[in-house]
Amino acid sequence: MYAQLVETGVKKVKSIDEMNKDESEFQAKIDAEIKIEAKNWMPDAYRKTLIRQISQHAHSEIVGMLPEGNWLTRAPTLKRKLQLLAKIQDEAGHGLYLYSAMETLGADRDTEIEKLHSGKAKYSSIFNYPTLNWTDMGAIGWLVDGAAIVNQVVLQRTSYGPYSRAMVRICKEESFHQRQGYEILLTIMRHGTKAQKAMVQDSINRLWWPSLMMFGPTDDDSPNSKQSLAWKIKRKSNDELRQMFIDQTIPQLEFLGCTVPDPDLKWNEETGHYDFGNIDWDEFYAVLKGNGPCNQERLAKRKNAIDQGAWVREAAVAYANKHKIEAI
Amino acid sequence: MSEYPLYEVFVRSKHGLNHKHVGSVHAIDDAMAMENARELYTRRCEGVSIWVVPSKMITASALDDKEALFDPSQDKIYRHASFYELPDEVGHM
Repeated sequence: MYAQLVETGVKKVKSIDEMNKDESEFQAKIDAEIKIEAKNWMPDAYRKTLIRQISQHAHSEIVGMLPEGNWLTRAPTLKRKLQLLAKIQDEAGHGLYLYSAMETLGADRDTEIEKLHSGKAKYSSIFNYPTLNWTDMGAIGWLVDGAAIVNQVVLQRTSYGPYSRAMVRICKEESFHQRQGYEILLTIMRHGTKAQKAMVQDSINRLWWPSLMMFGPTDDDSPNSKQSLAWKIKRKSNDELRQMFIDQTIPQLEFLGCTVPDPDLKWNEETGHYDFGNIDWDEFYAVLKGNGPCNQERLAKRKNAIDQGAWVREAAVAYANKHKIEAI
Repeated sequence: MSEYPLYEVFVRSKHGLNHKHVGSVHAIDDAMAMENARELYTRRCEGVSIWVVPSKMITASALDDKEALFDPSQDKIYRHASFYELPDEVGHM
């Protein structure tokens, strides 16, 4: 998931009896699957939770461009370079769709971006891992975008209209991302040298567990999920989504002829799902707190981009003002 | 970016169809709004025509007016074709 640990600020989900008239009418709409639109009344905590979740989601898309940007100038062919460029441009687009959806809630884009830069706002833990070789571009497209798709397909049914519509648009584009990633890996596994195939396995080894962490803490350690599910901001729990991802990914992994670094992974005939080993949650929380391998580098790059681009934005304002005056 | 005005973006997906609202962009002027809208909303042949409109130029009906504006249509069911019953012999009309 691109938004992990989104606080709702709510300690206990209210029952219908405890709600006032506005609140119970609002909940009735949610229960009836009627989308909430920007001008509708909504509980303050719903609005704040959405701003947190959508901004976190948007920040993830924007920061998510950086690990891939690392390989743009070193893509093995012109075709791969163009594909990667198009994918990264999509990520920028996804960030912008989401920032727009967030603004409909009355949030200010610059303020929220400032929260990212000051470390107050989170973004997905996955983007704090380095991209060490070209095969990481394949593994990211396949695993990271694959995990994002599982989450985002469900979010198309989220209760807030503008967020839901942004998700529909994003999901249409994500499928290209995942397929191009898988094709990178498949090409190498079919035609690559022994050393190149070993790089594919190495990428999967490094990115497998962080990909599973994208879905956030286990349901038992996810105190905010209950309210987010009641408001239908979230539609499925972290563990449900993680299991869906694993179940659909393992057959693709086997087709590649690769393995995951989990000795406990095995098909469970009884449950109809894959069992898997324990996730290192200490690592997850450390990365989320800012202590992952690339947190500082990622934020420094984002701040730098904003600072270095300031003169361009100012010049555009000056240009527009000049032409306004001329028009008068 | 927040100091750049907000524009709403409408895209006509095919000839013969209406322009449909797809989202918004920030831009300092109309030309930039058009460029941003093109880059953001039509990267994959999503349309054949784009409108960009400063958001502040749009007047929207207020939620409180919902009843006053739209409820009367419910009382005037004679405005719908299905209100008029015709014998089967007349055939499709």
